[in-house]
Amino acid sequence: MNVWIAIGVTVLGCYAVKLAGLLVPAGALERPVVKRLAALLPVALLAALTAQQTFADGQTLVLDARAAGLGAAAVALVLRAPFLLVVAAAVVVTAGVRAIGAG
Amino acid sequence: MRDALGVGVAVGLSGFAFGVTSAGGGLTLTQTCALSLLVFTGASQFALVGALAAGGGAFTAAAGAFFLGVRNAFYGLRLSQLLALPRAVRPFAAQWVIDETAAVALAQPTRRSARIGFVVTGLSLYLLWNLTTLLGALGAEAIGDTDAWGLDAAGPAVFLALLAPMLRTGTERAVAGLAVLLGLGLLPVLPAGVPVLLAALAAPAVLWADGRRRGEGAER
Repeated sequence: MNVWIAIGVTVLGCYAVKLAGLLVPAGALERPVVKRLAALLPVALLAALTAQQTFADGQTLVLDARAAGLGAAAVALVLRAPFLLVVAAAVVVTAGVRAIGAG
Repeated sequence: MRDALGVGVAVGLSGFAFGVTSAGGGLTLTQTCALSLLVFTGASQFALVGALAAGGGAFTAAAGAFFLGVRNAFYGLRLSQLLALPRAVRPFAAQWVIDETAAVALAQPTRRSARIGFVVTGLSLYLLWNLTTLLGALGAEAIGDTDAWGLDAAGPAVFLALLAPMLRTGTERAVAGLAVLLGLGLLPVLPAGVPVLLAALAAPAVLWADGRRRGEGAER
C-alpha cells in the first residue's frame, strides 16, 4: 500500500510539472534566479543520490563492490562512452568484484 | 528524423536497467510497469524506487522524485513557444515533455521539424521505455539475486551519467560536492529519503553564496 501511495503521488506530481510548463504563460518562470535554481536542483539531487546509492547500506555507510562499479562508470564517462556502456561498465565491474569475493 | 530515432532507441533501452533495478528493489511487476507508463521520466523513477528500497516513507520518496521532475516544467516552457500546440493537445503532449524530447525538438531549425522530432522521439521513447521496463522486471525475477549480478550498481551509474554533462562550471561542481557531503553526512542520523531532500538545499545555498561573492566583487 505504501508503495502504491508513493507511486500515485509521484505520478500526479511529475505530470503536473510537465503540464505546468506547457500551460503557464511564457515569461512567468523566466526570471534568471528561478532558471538558475531549476538548473542546479537536479545537479544537487543527482549528486546526492549517486553518492547514497553507492555508499549506503540502509542507514550505514559502507565501501563495497558498488564503489568499484561507479569508478568504472566514471572512467567510461571520461572516455565519452555512450550511456548504455557507462551503465554496463558499472554492472559488470560490480559483479566481477563480488565474484572474486572482494566486496 | 534520424536523430530522433537514434536518441529514442538508445535511451529507451535503459528502461531495461530501470525494470531490473525496480524489481530488485522489491516492487512488483505491476508497480514497476505503472511507474514507466504513468511517470515516464527516468531519473524520478530511479530515485523513487531507490528511496523505497532504502526504506523511505511514501511521501519523502515521492518528494525526491518530484523535485527531480521539476526541470521538465522548464522544458515545457520552451517547447510550448516552439511547437505552438493547440490547447486541447497540450494535456496529451505533456507526458512526453522530458530531457530527450526537449533536446531533439529544440535542436531543430523549423517549427515543422521540431514538431516531428518531438512526436517521433516521444513515441519511440515511450514505447521502448515501457517495453524494456517490462523485460527488465521479468528478467530480474528470472535471475533471482540481482545483487550478485551487480545490478544494484545500475541505478547510481544512471544518475552519474545524467549528472556528468551538467558539471560544466565551478558552480555546478560546488553544488554537487556539497550535495554529496550533505547526502552522506546526514544519512546515518535522519530517516531514509530525508537526507536527499536536504541535500537539494545545496542548490540555493551555492547560488546565494555565488550571488554574494559577485555582489562584493561589484562593490570593489
